[in-house]
Amino acid sequence: MSTAGPPNSASPQDAAGPPDVVAELRHVDKHFGALHVLKDINVTIRRGEVVVIIGPSGSGKSTLCRAINRLEPVDSGEILIEGRPLPQEGRELARLRADVGMVFQSFNLFAHKSILDNVTLGPRKARGAGKAEAEAEALRLLDRVGIKDQAAKLPAQLSGGQQQRAAIARALAMHPTLMLFDEPTSALDPEMINEVLDVMTSLAKEGMTMVVVTHEMGFARRAADRVLFMADGLILEEATPKDFFTNPQTDRAKDFLAKILQH
Amino acid sequence: MDYVSRFWDVITQYDVLGAFWLNITLTFWSGLLALVLGTIAVTMRISPIPSLRAASTVYVNVFRDIPLTVVMVAMASVVWMQLSVSFSQTMSWDFYILAIIGLGVYHSSFIAESIRSGVNTVPLGQSEAARAIGLTFMQSARIVILPQAFRGAVAPIGNTIIALIKNTTVASVTGVAGETSGLMAELIENSPQFILAIFLTFAIGYVVIVIPVGLLTTTLSRRLAVKR
Repeated sequence: MSTAGPPNSASPQDAAGPPDVVAELRHVDKHFGALHVLKDINVTIRRGEVVVIIGPSGSGKSTLCRAINRLEPVDSGEILIEGRPLPQEGRELARLRADVGMVFQSFNLFAHKSILDNVTLGPRKARGAGKAEAEAEALRLLDRVGIKDQAAKLPAQLSGGQQQRAAIARALAMHPTLMLFDEPTSALDPEMINEVLDVMTSLAKEGMTMVVVTHEMGFARRAADRVLFMADGLILEEATPKDFFTNPQTDRAKDFLAKILQH
Repeated sequence: MDYVSRFWDVITQYDVLGAFWLNITLTFWSGLLALVLGTIAVTMRISPIPSLRAASTVYVNVFRDIPLTVVMVAMASVVWMQLSVSFSQTMSWDFYILAIIGLGVYHSSFIAESIRSGVNTVPLGQSEAARAIGLTFMQSARIVILPQAFRGAVAPIGNTIIALIKNTTVASVTGVAGETSGLMAELIENSPQFILAIFLTFAIGYVVIVIPVGLLTTTLSRRLAVKR
């Protein structure tokens, strides 16, 4: 347990600042028709923590990730962001979503807008930022993810890895308190996975609070503070990456790791 | 050539170009109205509020399912005569405006369905991404969904506009005088010996108007298509 505990959270000067818990799920249940996809889920995400959710497909990990900003409404239970319960669909939820960045498996860049406009849209429309200010910030973020020279292009003109990095810049432009990554590298060609993981790793190092659904075990080992293993709508294990990968407790996790680590 | 010159003598006594122009202005204003109403209807149809979705569904289905002639007759005989809705001092302006409203409302249902087919070309992830960065429904509809939907719906919207151009001839039943179908009937009545030439004149006239619209539609739908 030597590496346990989120290294970035709860530094002394934060004591009087915003609450230490960024997101909390209490007794969350969700069905898709007859399928019970989330079964009494309880998760707490602390500031600065990187939580990686892994598990076989259909385990409910993407649904869990999407439930945090209510892209997926849940049937029962409570979801709190910075101590406040998620409101119903409407202006207040929109404001709350602005604080939660989301990166999707299929990038979902606005196809009819340039990369620059994709990044400035949120700050300008949801936050009322000025054009010049938003563009300067967007170019800084695009530079940071290494695609400043692509700013004027349309999403379809970029490679998958570049699009996903643009999508990360778009989320960062809102200065989120929490970032959700829903299988951010699953739609990428193998040679482009690392460029995206590198950006994510550097974000994690800087103390960004992140929830990452992924199949990239290397990233989980390297960047996670905590690993959640999900199967059949349940969180079966919750441990540091070191503990989880070297000493999984359940047969389900052992079986899963055996299958994916063979390759 | 004798037939042609005698026909020319007859037809030049009538304001044929003026009649076509009247149908073009009817097309323009009712097309504009149809686009506005159709956009409102489709925005309601994709909104998160169930009552708005239901209202839009009813509106679109009612006006799509009633024959245009019935709508246009009703504009004159029900709206104008029974309900005494009037917009101006003269009957001809009233009929002109009522015809525009009738044509606009009727075609707005088809425009709404055209745009909705365009909405279906926009992947769900686009609206999820819009919501995820904190846009409200109206913002994501206006900035993200509808601009892409329009660009995916150029061809069906163009087809609706082409149908509208030709359907403006039904304005005669609302009492609009001097438009093409009324003038054609008048010409046939007065000069039945030229019936074939009269038909051809109006048929060719409409073909000449519609061809550029069709070409424009094809070009625009290709050029505006959103690359994914």
